Amino acid sequence: MKFVDEFRIQEIAKGLIERIKKASTKPVQLMEVCGTHTVSIFRYGIRGLLPEQIRLISGPGCPVCVTPNSDIDLAIALCRQKDVILTTFGDMMKVPGSTSSLQKEKAEGKDIRIIYSSLEVLRIAKENPEKKVVFFAIGFETTSPTIAVAILRTKEMGIPNLFFLNSQKRIPPALYALLQLRQVKINGLILPGHVSTILGKAPYQFISKEFSIPAVITGFEPLDILQGIWMLVRQIEENRSEIEIQYKRIVKEEGNLVAQAKIDEVFEKADGHWRGIGRIPESGYRFKEAFQTMDARAFDVEVEPSKEHPECLCGEVLQGIKIPLECRLFKKVCHPENPIGPCMVSIEGTCHTFFKYQ
Amino acid sequence: MSEEKILLAHGSGGKLSHDLIQKLFLPLFLNPPFEPLDDSAEIPDQKKRLAFTTDSYVVNPLFFPGGDIGKLAVCGTVNDLSMKGAIPSYLSLSFIIEEGFPIELLKKIISSIHATAKVAGVKIVTGDTKVVEHGAADQLFINTAGIGWIKEGVSLSSKNARPGDAILLSGYIGDHEMAILSQREGFQFQEALKSDCAPLNDLVQKMLDVCPAIRCMRDPTRGGLATILNEIASMSNVGIVIEEEKIPIRESVRGISELLGLDPLYLANEGKLICICPSGAEGDLLKVMRSHPLGKEAHLIGKVTEENRKKVVLKTLIGGHRILDMLTGSQYPRIC
Repeated sequence: MKFVDEFRIQEIAKGLIERIKKASTKPVQLMEVCGTHTVSIFRYGIRGLLPEQIRLISGPGCPVCVTPNSDIDLAIALCRQKDVILTTFGDMMKVPGSTSSLQKEKAEGKDIRIIYSSLEVLRIAKENPEKKVVFFAIGFETTSPTIAVAILRTKEMGIPNLFFLNSQKRIPPALYALLQLRQVKINGLILPGHVSTILGKAPYQFISKEFSIPAVITGFEPLDILQGIWMLVRQIEENRSEIEIQYKRIVKEEGNLVAQAKIDEVFEKADGHWRGIGRIPESGYRFKEAFQTMDARAFDVEVEPSKEHPECLCGEVLQGIKIPLECRLFKKVCHPENPIGPCMVSIEGTCHTFFKYQ
Repeated sequence: MSEEKILLAHGSGGKLSHDLIQKLFLPLFLNPPFEPLDDSAEIPDQKKRLAFTTDSYVVNPLFFPGGDIGKLAVCGTVNDLSMKGAIPSYLSLSFIIEEGFPIELLKKIISSIHATAKVAGVKIVTGDTKVVEHGAADQLFINTAGIGWIKEGVSLSSKNARPGDAILLSGYIGDHEMAILSQREGFQFQEALKSDCAPLNDLVQKMLDVCPAIRCMRDPTRGGLATILNEIASMSNVGIVIEEEKIPIRESVRGISELLGLDPLYLANEGKLICICPSGAEGDLLKVMRSHPLGKEAHLIGKVTEENRKKVVLKTLIGGHRILDMLTGSQYPRIC
């Protein structure tokens, strides 16, 4: 397959691993921020190919996993309204809320529809004019431009019955909070390739300037990841801390300006609530005034008080403080058939990845 | 038959039932000396080892690229018998039909069953039709049971794999589940994606002819290649190592799997087989497989090992290793 097979060639992988081994002289911990990286690292057995002194830890980069319980509960409360069709991405279905999940609600007959593209919600709203269609919109900067476009089109087309439950998150402020907490030693960051396709390099400058940590914007194929790790090891060994781009075939220094403009047109920065981490300044979005009539948070519904399983370690796992194997629920009570926390639900959740590949 | 839809009365056992059987089923499934209207079919004693299996088919949609529920109902049961090394001979055929189902579609399904049974060389010797109220079943479900005869000297079982054995796969994986999924979700491909639904009995017998010592054959249906290999590793108490680069997967299946985050190793197949044979037999077997229309893309994909007992290890494209577990979590419902 073009643009894929070239980045999975064993001989080149061997060469990169040799270079990493040669360059690496001391133990380091590298965090892969993005869940897609975690999956790729496990799927290709990359951990086992690296020298022992290079330890990879997983970060908070799974949008399903960081969605707080209170937002899931709100979505559940909304779908229980008789005149509401709730639409969302497939992974959200199984995420447990405080006492229910969208999957359970669907089984009980609530109208919940899985969509693959943000623009599908416009069609659903037009086909069901007598219903209020709510899109439970989650995602990082990769997804936000498409959600912004869906909102702009809704306004242009004058669709009166489409609303957005916005639970999107911004990655750079979360990284800032994580580094500031200093709960876990991080010698280098493998930065998300697709979030950076939108953002470019600039929003990450604080990583090198304030924290003196090297970072490399990295692609998702195994050779991308190996090259990204090699670039990080070189920076560490040469005492440099820069933001470098490995994923040059996609990521431009300035990012995608059109996409950034769409986000800015619709949203402004606001505090975001992250599961297990809590409120992080400017890590979310709220609607600009012109679009506030589409905000599903304005619906008058009763939401149950939010509670999480006391033993679930998703919060610590998302910050790289704990690994799933340290959780008492992992594999015993919590597994993909019966997920207790969201990290076991999402195919990019760290717990799910450990379960599947470890 | 003037009615265009199936009515409850078609399943009542009365005149309409009789008409349905006489006009729709019997012309296609009359196999003298069997008397299909008797309460059961009499199978003459062949004094051989008998294999017996049953399966129900609930696939949604009923018609999909490369097949339909009728073809699937014959192939699935024929393949289950074949995986025991049996020569499939007789099938039963039972329908549960939702009231209001178009008779025209039923005709199409029945003629597909007839055509597939002919290709597979099996006879449908007994059957049943029930009609349920609207809403009590989704359109139409089929159950088939099958009987086959196992030749002297053939002994296939998931318990038989031994360290050193070779593992062969008969062709591209994932086609069936991906075809159903794309039909349901409306995905479009440059290269038309078709279910691999096919009866494997002819291929199996040709393989057993050149190597009666084959240890085990399995068709990787629900749960896919990874799940079936796990079953074999566990039942034989052996380890299994397969190489990712040797596993044939179509571009379209790989592409959509990448997009949706699916792993083709867990996708269902309906016309593929995994064969475990003693080391040294793989050359002759691959020759036979590749000269058969259903085994053109056959590959040696791995081997059975002493170490890593009850585990399946995948050697990844870049030379790493990972454990392949059984299917967990979601899989698309009603794919067969």
